[in-house]
Amino acid sequence: MARALYIHWPFCLKKCPYCDFNSHVRDGIDHGLWERSLLADMQHEHALADSGPLTSIFFGGGTPSLMPPALVGSLLKEAERLWGFDAAIEITLEANPSSVEAGKFAALSAAGVNRVSLGLQSLDDEALGFLGRLHSVDESLAALDVAQSCFQRVSCDLIYARPGQSADQWEAELERAIGFGTSHLSLYQLTIEPGTRFATDVRRGVFEPLADDPAADLFALTQDITAAAGLPACEVSNHAAPGEESRHNLTYWRYEDYIGIGPGAHGRRGGFATQRHKKPENWLHAIAEQGNGLSEERPLNASEAASEALMMGLRLREGVDLDALSRRFGLSVDTMIDRERTEFYRSLGFLWSADERLGVARQGMGVLDALLGEVVSGELVAS
Amino acid sequence: MTDLSKIRNFSIIAHIDHGKSTLADRLIQHCGGLTEREMSEQVLDNMDIEKERGITIKAQTVRLAYTARDGETYELNLMDTPGHVDFAYEVSRSLAACEGALLVVDAAQGVEAQTLANVYQSIEHDHEIVPVINKIDLPAAEPEQVRMEIEEIIGLDASEAVLTSAKSGIGIEEVLEAVVAKIPPPKGDRDAPLKAMLVDSWYDPYLGVVILVRVIDGVLRKGLSVKFMQGGTQHLVDRVGCFTPKRTDLADIGPGEIGFITAQIKEVEQARVGDTITTVKNGATQALAGYKEVQPVVFCGLFPTDAADFEKLRESIGKLRLNDASFSFEMESSAALGFGFRCGFLGLLHLEIIQERLSREYDLDLITTAPSVVYRISLGHTKNEDAKVIELHNPADYPDPSRIVEIEEPWIKATIYTPDEYLGSILKLCQDRRGIQTDLTYVGGRAQVTYELPLNEVVFDFYDRLKSISRGYASFDYEQIGLRPGDLVKMNIMVNNEPVDALSLIVHRNVAEDRGRGMCERLKDLIPRHLFKIPIQAAIGGKIIARETIAALRKDVTAKCYGGDITRKKKLLEKQKKGKARMREYGNVSIPQEAFIAALRMGEE
Ligand SMILES: Nc1nc2c(ncn2[C@@H]2O[C@H](COP(=O)(O)OP(=O)(O)OP(=O)(O)O)[C@@H](O)[C@H]2O)c(=O)[nH]1
Ligand SMILES: [Mg+2]
Repeated sequence: MARALYIHWPFCLKKCPYCDFNSHVRDGIDHGLWERSLLADMQHEHALADSGPLTSIFFGGGTPSLMPPALVGSLLKEAERLWGFDAAIEITLEANPSSVEAGKFAALSAAGVNRVSLGLQSLDDEALGFLGRLHSVDESLAALDVAQSCFQRVSCDLIYARPGQSADQWEAELERAIGFGTSHLSLYQLTIEPGTRFATDVRRGVFEPLADDPAADLFALTQDITAAAGLPACEVSNHAAPGEESRHNLTYWRYEDYIGIGPGAHGRRGGFATQRHKKPENWLHAIAEQGNGLSEERPLNASEAASEALMMGLRLREGVDLDALSRRFGLSVDTMIDRERTEFYRSLGFLWSADERLGVARQGMGVLDALLGEVVSGELVAS
Repeated sequence: MTDLSKIRNFSIIAHIDHGKSTLADRLIQHCGGLTEREMSEQVLDNMDIEKERGITIKAQTVRLAYTARDGETYELNLMDTPGHVDFAYEVSRSLAACEGALLVVDAAQGVEAQTLANVYQSIEHDHEIVPVINKIDLPAAEPEQVRMEIEEIIGLDASEAVLTSAKSGIGIEEVLEAVVAKIPPPKGDRDAPLKAMLVDSWYDPYLGVVILVRVIDGVLRKGLSVKFMQGGTQHLVDRVGCFTPKRTDLADIGPGEIGFITAQIKEVEQARVGDTITTVKNGATQALAGYKEVQPVVFCGLFPTDAADFEKLRESIGKLRLNDASFSFEMESSAALGFGFRCGFLGLLHLEIIQERLSREYDLDLITTAPSVVYRISLGHTKNEDAKVIELHNPADYPDPSRIVEIEEPWIKATIYTPDEYLGSILKLCQDRRGIQTDLTYVGGRAQVTYELPLNEVVFDFYDRLKSISRGYASFDYEQIGLRPGDLVKMNIMVNNEPVDALSLIVHRNVAEDRGRGMCERLKDLIPRHLFKIPIQAAIGGKIIARETIAALRKDVTAKCYGGDITRKKKLLEKQKKGKARMREYGNVSIPQEAFIAALRMGEE
């Protein structure tokens, strides 16, 4: 069992128009209060899941690079005191590539962070403007330099399939990003999520998202280019040199337990799904009232857990081990997947299977959601 | 029991929406049948579906006590009838129970197709007809013009037509006075053996089977042993009453009166409309004339979306039929849709209503297959079988074409009324539907055109199209004129190379390609993209006559599954599965259930 801890820092300087994560813009954050509250939330989880040394910690957000390094340090110290750290622990922090934040990288590294995931998003200033980013390309490349000198491992995020983006443009941008030599890249297709400013823009006709067919072409192109560069996809949108995958994210995808603290954080702990209050103020209030930020703690039955395991596992190139899942959840393989359809889509080249393993082939990754609807048995979802 | 001379029985007849039910409201109110508080708009339209659509589907009978200007109190039995052509049968039964009719004509619309059809029926019953020109409050009302139309087109004396606004309550007393003065009282002999006409029957959850009767001779009272002369069954009358419109128990129903009885009848089947009720002892020897049997003209398959609901569907159809004897059903099975029923209806609105009532009142999700008419097919002999003639209700049962000697299809005579300006488009519509024009006349600014049309061209969306090209102004009535041979073929629709039996239909060879292309195009829009490309083809025998392709789905993936938030993803999957449950699988293609009907809508031609 992996032992993974997720810490959510919900604040941003500005909300990006594509982002539907739990992020908020606030003035005058009381860092002392936040430190005490996050520590309390952590201690609460530890009391329920003292599972041995942690193998990964992930600071997500929001913009966790806005956290004072001292706060990061004190949270890490407490985590180590409570659970202990595995010798090879991976400690990732999501960072914005601005000059201000780059100035903190050394201190964050000293506090214990050994991997950053840098939100470059684009290597084109105009595109950065469209995406509502506060940094320029030059600024972000300078931050990348600092990051590469401060941390053992660096990953970069890019957003593609932007409106009007051509295959040539994307190819050039991606090749350039690969040239920076990071061992991990997260390459996300722009998705217009409900409840974002982009969703309103699209509805108002401010811009038109890239159509599905060209977007699918870019996705395929991405697979080719990264594979050729030695950074093949390990998951739908994540590419890594062998062994350089994010261990923390693998925990989600392999559906092992993870603890989540901070506003809106999700967790899977001992057969329970946990969720925390999303709004920062409500979360703080919950900590003050009940000593933890939980808004929901719900036991998952075997079917639910199995469907989650399949949904997450099939995002991975390595696929899932059906026998292992069957043993783990006490459900027959036939209860979990629709054999007939699985075979049909395998014959069309969307899926592969080898012994007890089932996985999504390259051709299928871009339509994974539709495939899941076919493969995961109706019984599992209905119950 | 009321003295014959004080009884008036009348139906309210009109074209659809001319205000029959609203007039009935006012008459009820005027006679104090319901208080202001108990009143609602079109109070007699008591089914949800009637209220929602604002149309009457089932005829309703109400007994009112009216104290006339002559100081006498009269018993009025009023029958509100539906205006839509599909329910003409309801009208004919009501007319048979009355001595007269109020003919309501909308002062802005004038005489329309169903006005005439209903008047003619009423005249056949030797009725006294009282013209009522309604909606005179409308700015577009032209009562004088309408009065002229009634005289010219129908040939009724309209000089004494009552001008009303049912909506604002104008002319209501005049209508009641006209009823008393003009409609003759019924005849009958209370001492003769009992003879009562079974006008209608329905199932009431509290009372069981309720029977609406019109007594001709004799007296019906509680405790009487009666028999149904055609049905041959005997029953003990345990309740006698009328609707005012509230259910009111009575001591008896005498000659000339209309009322209801219950008699512990278990099945509506035993109480067939048109039957004659008499006493077991000293009963009448000769039955009344009865009604013409209605023949369903449109057939379609009804299948449960969820195969597990078949039993529920069977039960629900059975129950629904208790209240509507005019539709028929028999079990049917389809390769792809599983078990269901092939049902016969009086028309398309009737079909739609039954389907809607099933899904609403019985909470069933249904797939409806393409409506079809009844074909007569002459088959030649084979080595093992003699030549024979079969009736085809279902395209899926289409016989081996090589054996077919001749196919005949039902034709109708359609009468269409329309303002001049729409005539051109209407003629084109009829022409496209293989129509043969037989008559065209003008009255004022309106045209009356008569066409002979194959019913299978009308059965689907003819009426909708007619309404839409005439902005709702054209009206339409039809009667069946028998079978005629036609060059008809079965067209199969293949989705991903598999024939979809529920989409196959019988078409005339000349229009097959057109229809096939239209259906393929519509299916292309109706079937969502799949992970693989899907050919859609229309074929006659082995010959493909139209083809479309649905491109494969290429993008459908959640790019970022953030921070272990699986719950949201799971909701997506649940929604996807739910959507799938509403579709039907053909080969590996999921077809949304709406597609089965929508594919046939011929749209803007
Ligand atoms: N302005 C005006 N509208 C009226 C009048 N009488 C009826 N209506 C309206 O006409 C519409 C149809 O009225 P109904 O009473 O349902 O007509 P109907 O003849 O019973 O219709 P079916 O039973 O469906 O054939 C409703 O919207 C009424 O409110 C009237 O005197 N004046
Ligand atoms: Mg009505």
